[in-house]
Amino acid sequence: MNENSVKLHYDIPAYDLTTAGEASSSVKRKLTQLGVNPVSIKKAAVAMYEAEINAVIHAGGGSAEVEIGRNGITIEILDNGPGITDIDLAMQEGYSTATDIVREMGFGAGMGLPNMKRYADELDIRSEPGIGTAVKIVVNF
Amino acid sequence: MKVRDIIGLLDAELLAGSENLDMEVCSAFGSDLMSDVMAYVKDNVLLLTGLVSPQVVRTAEMMDIKVIAFVRGKNPGRNILELADEKGITVISTKNTMYISCGKLYNAGLTGRGVWE
Repeated sequence: MNENSVKLHYDIPAYDLTTAGEASSSVKRKLTQLGVNPVSIKKAAVAMYEAEINAVIHAGGGSAEVEIGRNGITIEILDNGPGITDIDLAMQEGYSTATDIVREMGFGAGMGLPNMKRYADELDIRSEPGIGTAVKIVVNF
Repeated sequence: MKVRDIIGLLDAELLAGSENLDMEVCSAFGSDLMSDVMAYVKDNVLLLTGLVSPQVVRTAEMMDIKVIAFVRGKNPGRNILELADEKGITVISTKNTMYISCGKLYNAGLTGRGVWE
């Protein structure tokens, strides 16, 4: 990334079904305005949306730091939630610790982390139980 | 198949996004799980769902899906319809069940899978 990159910050509110996804929506709009190719936009939007939903439903909200450069986008979703004890287990399709409320939103099927991996060009998850989780998503243009 | 044909086949009501009525739809996907929509859908499908939540519209937005059909007579609230209008997403509602809705559309020629193989 260079000095011409676009940096964006979003607060992600907790447990709010209506606003969940607004940060990802805003980033998608920004990428469209910047004329990024549609395939990369979709990859970034879906990967970020899943991470944003996770912060909303598992971690009591968090924040997103986004940097858009000439060659790609880096999205970091940070939270101070309970953390992920076993990331390898959480990466398995179908594994879920979601509550019924989350399932009523249409999530909690154990596809969130696998979907992030599917759409991101690079995915880095750092988590410490009791401290929080940092998800870094990179999508190249 | 045009969106207006889908409305006719499902005896559906148009609730938002009238600008896509002449858009061609080649495939459809039925699911109440939005993460599965994001995991499997490849193309610009018609999304059939019984889940009523703003996250249905959000998922459609991220996936570039332009038409949502709520099945089993589900009636999305105003916040959902306003969000859909804002995003240029057409919302229809049918009293048919998921199974019957999918069957009617498939039978009428909407047979595209629209998913990753």
